[in-house]
Amino acid sequence: MTRLEKKLAALKSAGRKGFFVYITAGTPTIDESFHAMIEAEKAGADVIEIGIPFSDPLADGPVIQDSSVTALRNGITLEKILELSRKIRAQSEIPLIGMGYINNFMSYGYAGGSAPYDGFEKFIVDAKAAGIDGVIIPDVPHEESQQMREICKRHEVHLTEFITPETTPERMKSTCASASGFIYCVSNTGVTGVKKIDYSRINAKILEARKFTDVPMAVGFGIGSGETAVQAAQNSDAVIVGSAVVKLLHEWQFNDAMNLIREIRTALDKNFGG
Amino acid sequence: MNKRFGNYGGQYVPETVMPALLELEAAYSQYKDDAKFLAEFESYLREYAGRPTLLYFAENLTAHYGRAKIYLKREDLLHTGAHKINNALGQALLAKKMGKKKVIAETGAGQHGVATATVAALFGLDCKIFMGVEDIERQKLNVFRMNLLGAEVIPVSSGTGTLKDATSEAIRHWSTNITDTYYIIGSVVGPAPYPEIVRDFQKCIGIELRAQAEKTFGGLPNYIVACVGGGSNSMGIFYEFRADSGVKKIGVEAGGRGEATGDNAKTLSGAGRPGILHGAYSYLLQTPQGQVVEAYSISAGLDYPGVGPEHSYFKDTGAVEYVSVTDAEALDAFKLLAKTEGIIPALESSHALAYLDKFMANTSAEENVVVCLSGRGDKDVQTVAKILGEAVN
Repeated sequence: MTRLEKKLAALKSAGRKGFFVYITAGTPTIDESFHAMIEAEKAGADVIEIGIPFSDPLADGPVIQDSSVTALRNGITLEKILELSRKIRAQSEIPLIGMGYINNFMSYGYAGGSAPYDGFEKFIVDAKAAGIDGVIIPDVPHEESQQMREICKRHEVHLTEFITPETTPERMKSTCASASGFIYCVSNTGVTGVKKIDYSRINAKILEARKFTDVPMAVGFGIGSGETAVQAAQNSDAVIVGSAVVKLLHEWQFNDAMNLIREIRTALDKNFGG
Repeated sequence: MNKRFGNYGGQYVPETVMPALLELEAAYSQYKDDAKFLAEFESYLREYAGRPTLLYFAENLTAHYGRAKIYLKREDLLHTGAHKINNALGQALLAKKMGKKKVIAETGAGQHGVATATVAALFGLDCKIFMGVEDIERQKLNVFRMNLLGAEVIPVSSGTGTLKDATSEAIRHWSTNITDTYYIIGSVVGPAPYPEIVRDFQKCIGIELRAQAEKTFGGLPNYIVACVGGGSNSMGIFYEFRADSGVKKIGVEAGGRGEATGDNAKTLSGAGRPGILHGAYSYLLQTPQGQVVEAYSISAGLDYPGVGPEHSYFKDTGAVEYVSVTDAEALDAFKLLAKTEGIIPALESSHALAYLDKFMANTSAEENVVVCLSGRGDKDVQTVAKILGEAVN
């Protein structure tokens, strides 16, 4: 069992909901983002998603786009992100998931003329050694992920599958069949960012997906408060909060970011058997 | 439906976009061979856009080089002034068949934006055009044209505020509004099935050329030269001849400020290597870390860090040779065509014309060269005037 599987199993047997916090690596500075990841665990996060900045993040709204620009300006690279993971691992066993776009992974260790997924495999090997438990690649849908699934499986790193309110039953079947670690349940059409969302649609999808898999489900996109986290957690095993926290961190509102994490933790525990 | 050209292409998009792509795939499979749909498309090309376009013998330009005969495929004579209208008409028609009431598009210089706004007006579709703030500033006239045509121009300030960011933002908007919105992509780029769809709506250029060449000089051209940004006019003219090894096909990219600096758009002919941008695996200008590099060219239509995946395939198989010319060389060709033939070419097309300088000496009088004159240059006159003015001062 990986750290992630252990953590999610423990939460489940305690009747609690998991809480994933996404933090862009390198924003507002590389050191601050490290500090934020460490403190986020103390404030109540169960899993840290390390946001890996890309120049053209298709699945992200303005907050994560802007934080990525800052992080890239601060010189963040995959190598530095692995360094960050090793530093976290030196003092914590919190599950770490790297969330980034495929082109960065494919370029890892680029030395010219490599086959498409060589860089990706190299990254997965190094990420595993650095204490990373899984990856989320928002621009790789199930149809394109076969080779990456095989690579991740070979090295015992989770590759996250997605479902959305629009996922058809046939696709859900194949998605669930290859799910590993957790399934990212995208609450709504569109991109990341805090907004008003009707969570009943994804909640219904989760019940459908449960017929095909026992892999835990985490709902993300749009969650910015304790109240919305509770709505998103109705049928899921966990919630994911990104933009709301990243916005505060990017604006150097470190304490507010930690307060928000505490608020969401408290709301989840109050409503779901903490 | 084949989603790849060799290794290239694919559908590297967020899960939220997949339902829309699958819907598009299904619709296009249904209509691509549908006689009624194709007849309707051809009728709009003929009656509205002005096809077939002329294959014009450029006698004075031929005399200038004194070698092979030079012909121009006059896409510049189409309605809205460039080949972009072919694709915009085809996709708007497809959108209508799919029951979509809203269309969106990205634009750099504004040509594809204007073409999309035009067909949206024609078909009564609600239209939003995503355009980088930098480009809006540089292309105010085209913004005004789009507004006149009833389209809403949405400024994009993320990233560098240019074409690649406008494209990302269009995809983001699409992923948020997939049920009622059709995304009319402007070139042979993006996730499958777009590169195939755009190619199919542009391949009329090459199909016409084959018949015209037969009639005009009794055979196939020896050379076809076209500019490559995303690569839609070049794919449109090359595709018909992809298996004709006797026809040498040359794609000309923007060399920008020249070899010494990194300011160029030489995705295939320069420092690009395969990577993933906007949903497709294809050659890409990027850093060693895989961050996308901003392209540069005097011509806004060539100023894109990626390229259509089928071009990447053609590069690797050797079906097409990809080369580049600089801003300065393109400007010279722009002026030369205006003076010798009385035709002001688009700066994009001027890149194809500029390459004549590099290879005409190797041709003989019995050979025939066809240059795709993809667009007219009226839109570039201000840019050129400004540059020439600076050069004088």
